[in-house]
Amino acid sequence: MPKDGGIGASSKRREDIRFLTGEGNYTDDINLRGQAYVFFLRSDIAHGTLNSVDTSAAESMPGVVKIFTGADFTEVGSIPCGWQITDKHGEVMQEPRHPVLAFGKVRHVGEPIAAVVAETLGQARDAAEAIEVDISELPAVIDMKQAVKEGAPKVHDDLTSNLCYDWGFVEENKAAVDKAFEDAHHVTTLELVNNRLVANPMEPRVAVGDYARGTGDHTLYTTSQNPHVIRLLMGAFVLGIPEHKLRVVAPDVGGGFGTKIFHYQEEAFCTFAAKACNRPVKWTSSRSEAFMSDAHGRDHVTKIQMALDADNNFTALRTDTYANMGAYLSTFAPSVPTWLHGTLMAGNYKTPLIYVNVKAVFTNTVPVDAYRGAGRPEATYQLERLVDKCAHELGVDPIALRRQNFITEFPYATPVAVEYDTGDYIATMDKLEEIADIAGFEARRKESEAKGKLRGFGVNCYIEACGIAPSNLVGQLGARAGLYESATVRVNATGGLVVMTGSHSHGQGHETAFPQVIAEMIGIDESMIEIVHGDTANTPMGMGTYGSRSLAVGGSAMVRATEKIIAKAKKIASHLLEASEGDIELKDGAFSVAGTDKSVAWGDVTLAAYVPHNYPLEDIEPGLEETAFYDPSNFTYPSGAYACEVELDPETGHVTIERFAAADDFGNIVNPMIVSGQVHGGIAQGIGQALMENCAYDSDGQLLSASYMDYAMPRASDLPFYTVDHSCQTPCTHNPLGVKGCGEAGAIGSPPAVVNAVLDAMRSGGKNVDHIDMPVTPQRVWAAMNG
Amino acid sequence: MTQVKMTVNGKAASGDVEGRTLLASFLRENLGLTGTHIGCDTSQCGACLVHVNGEAIKACTMLAVEAEGADVKTIESMANADGSLNVLQQAFQDHHGLQCGFCTPGMIMSASALLKDNPKPTEAEVRHYLDGNICRCTGYHNIVKAIMAASGQDVSALAAE
Repeated sequence: MPKDGGIGASSKRREDIRFLTGEGNYTDDINLRGQAYVFFLRSDIAHGTLNSVDTSAAESMPGVVKIFTGADFTEVGSIPCGWQITDKHGEVMQEPRHPVLAFGKVRHVGEPIAAVVAETLGQARDAAEAIEVDISELPAVIDMKQAVKEGAPKVHDDLTSNLCYDWGFVEENKAAVDKAFEDAHHVTTLELVNNRLVANPMEPRVAVGDYARGTGDHTLYTTSQNPHVIRLLMGAFVLGIPEHKLRVVAPDVGGGFGTKIFHYQEEAFCTFAAKACNRPVKWTSSRSEAFMSDAHGRDHVTKIQMALDADNNFTALRTDTYANMGAYLSTFAPSVPTWLHGTLMAGNYKTPLIYVNVKAVFTNTVPVDAYRGAGRPEATYQLERLVDKCAHELGVDPIALRRQNFITEFPYATPVAVEYDTGDYIATMDKLEEIADIAGFEARRKESEAKGKLRGFGVNCYIEACGIAPSNLVGQLGARAGLYESATVRVNATGGLVVMTGSHSHGQGHETAFPQVIAEMIGIDESMIEIVHGDTANTPMGMGTYGSRSLAVGGSAMVRATEKIIAKAKKIASHLLEASEGDIELKDGAFSVAGTDKSVAWGDVTLAAYVPHNYPLEDIEPGLEETAFYDPSNFTYPSGAYACEVELDPETGHVTIERFAAADDFGNIVNPMIVSGQVHGGIAQGIGQALMENCAYDSDGQLLSASYMDYAMPRASDLPFYTVDHSCQTPCTHNPLGVKGCGEAGAIGSPPAVVNAVLDAMRSGGKNVDHIDMPVTPQRVWAAMNG
Repeated sequence: MTQVKMTVNGKAASGDVEGRTLLASFLRENLGLTGTHIGCDTSQCGACLVHVNGEAIKACTMLAVEAEGADVKTIESMANADGSLNVLQQAFQDHHGLQCGFCTPGMIMSASALLKDNPKPTEAEVRHYLDGNICRCTGYHNIVKAIMAASGQDVSALAAE
């Protein structure tokens, strides 16, 4: 029987009301009195020496307030990188300066060169056209393997090469891994590309800077997943504004998927320009600008090998990956191909020896950083494609090979430095086989063949690591931030309460799900609980939302704060009830004395806290407000098994997704409806990557896919209904809710299943193709079928 | 600048615009109707979809001056008179047909136009009709369900959650 409230209930989302009626408050909906607009003149050349920027003609254009160039920012700090990687030789990564506006050189198409602030956006755009930019074009480096060759043009003249770092993990294991390959009975090798993507939240980025000359206070309204992080990075490292004079507000945010984690130049510019112009300055990205300035995702080129013994047990795994950083290091870019990728290479398997090499490379392209899954989709794609290839080379069933090598005992310490606390990979695979109706596949294949189509079935497993933590460990790994989360619970006199959380909701439904947890803990109605987020002025320092961390880390902070509230409320109740504190029980919103019928309502206790006439003032302070910071002791490890069924038209190479099933283990579930929705969306993005999405550059560094006319994303007619299940639940052992996180799983788990299914369809048509790179476009499929 | 006059959500509206001002910008900037969203610059995403003289129109494909004298309806007019959600909006909430909410106004305006023309659309018809509306959050699953549910169809058997 489904619950109608609290943990486990599919409570309808309260935030929907404003979104469905056009009353959301997104950053572009904010207009401040006297605001001016900025338009960025961006480089249309990928690599060149910036000789001069002549703004003289533009200065006198109608409506122009002020024009800025790189020269105005030479005293301003570099856009910072939040993670420093130490390479396999013990050297720290190469870290270039990242200017707010280009100075001396341009390094990718879309890099801002000048910024025109004007009375209207139209006037700013018109004036930008009158700016004379003189650039001496240099050869662009686009291909990563070319970029690291001796003598390649350097993206940054002051660095020794285009190699950011050469990371080996675990370096001490390398000799043993190589030895295992020498001793292997069978070795499977696969080379593949994880295609470059653009996250494309439907709301483009926006920044509105404001400055109050009378107080010296700065405010930035921005489309961010983590306003405190922006405040710290921009305030401390770029503009030199102390945090108490800088407020960052991220109101309703229209999707993020990682790309709104990072601190961008436009945020720093609007904050800086608001003071320089003494009026609010607003920037709204166009979609074309977004393609040229939002951090991109993925873009790995990998060779991966598996060694197996005579009984088909995995004995060793090794990988060589080139990871594109783009022209500059975006906020968390260095961590993605390393600690968020290498540590996941064990996947769901007990492979005893693993070695991962990653070469991170600078190129004349937009910076690359975390996109939904961030490193884990890349790890999963390689591994799950490789395991399928192993199975076909050995002539064994791909599911049976997976089952044979599954990790079955927990906790499990992998050879890549992480410890999985819980999981049941057999259970999720069993569930998948049930919900995907594998038994009915052959009949469906025959139906397809009767229509002249080929049908393929593909599976994969995944493991991911969510709620990145703990802070002291990530500090050792190079993070320049802590990764805790915070919550303040403020109970009002009449019993309602407000949770001020450092987590940020940009579609995940925190305003609904978080109250479900507290309602369950106290026994009050969810409507008595309000969630406040997204404003540094009224939330405690928090790290924000990414990496499926909100409930596991932010929710845990909220639980800890609520536990403190309950503990204090029990003290007050014991005074009111004239009973021992140890005898007080809280149930259904009332405090009672165990074994008696004496009780006092939640609201009476909260009122006593604020009107402390009958109150133990000598023992406890009035008021009922508590803050907790929660720093997890480990990652969480959601896992699952996915299956995809495709139909392939051999005449055209066109692939359609006919069925898609996902069996996930997210640990405990707070709101099943929201969890299903997160999985649906992740699957759609994963299918998008597998079938159509591709961020493409030509050899000169021109971005070929800079609009929705050129970058294909799934539409409703490209996708089926999905079958998703999260009834397999092995709760996380180290957070108070037992939750693991569900936001990224769909995007991690779906691409290999799609590609495995396409190859299966080809095989059924008599075409044994080892591999096909994403996106699996009709052109590529047709070429593979007819090549 | 040119003055334009039209009826928006049942009320007379007017404003001074440049020739290049799009209807989407006029609604947002001049009238403060920020429920109409702008998600792209190539008329692909559908976040700005409104009704003009009863037709579903992407408000970025029309100049404000072209809407002179027109009857325009935006998301702000869709709720019931008492402010409660209409049947379609309620179905979106019931079936979790939205996440970040940014594409949602366009989805609602598009779906309501569909249901006016085709009161009981099939799944394939819904998916085909939504080709001009991109959602990046939901994978469309719950949007399609919500629209079919709003048309009075039983969606419980359509797909497992």
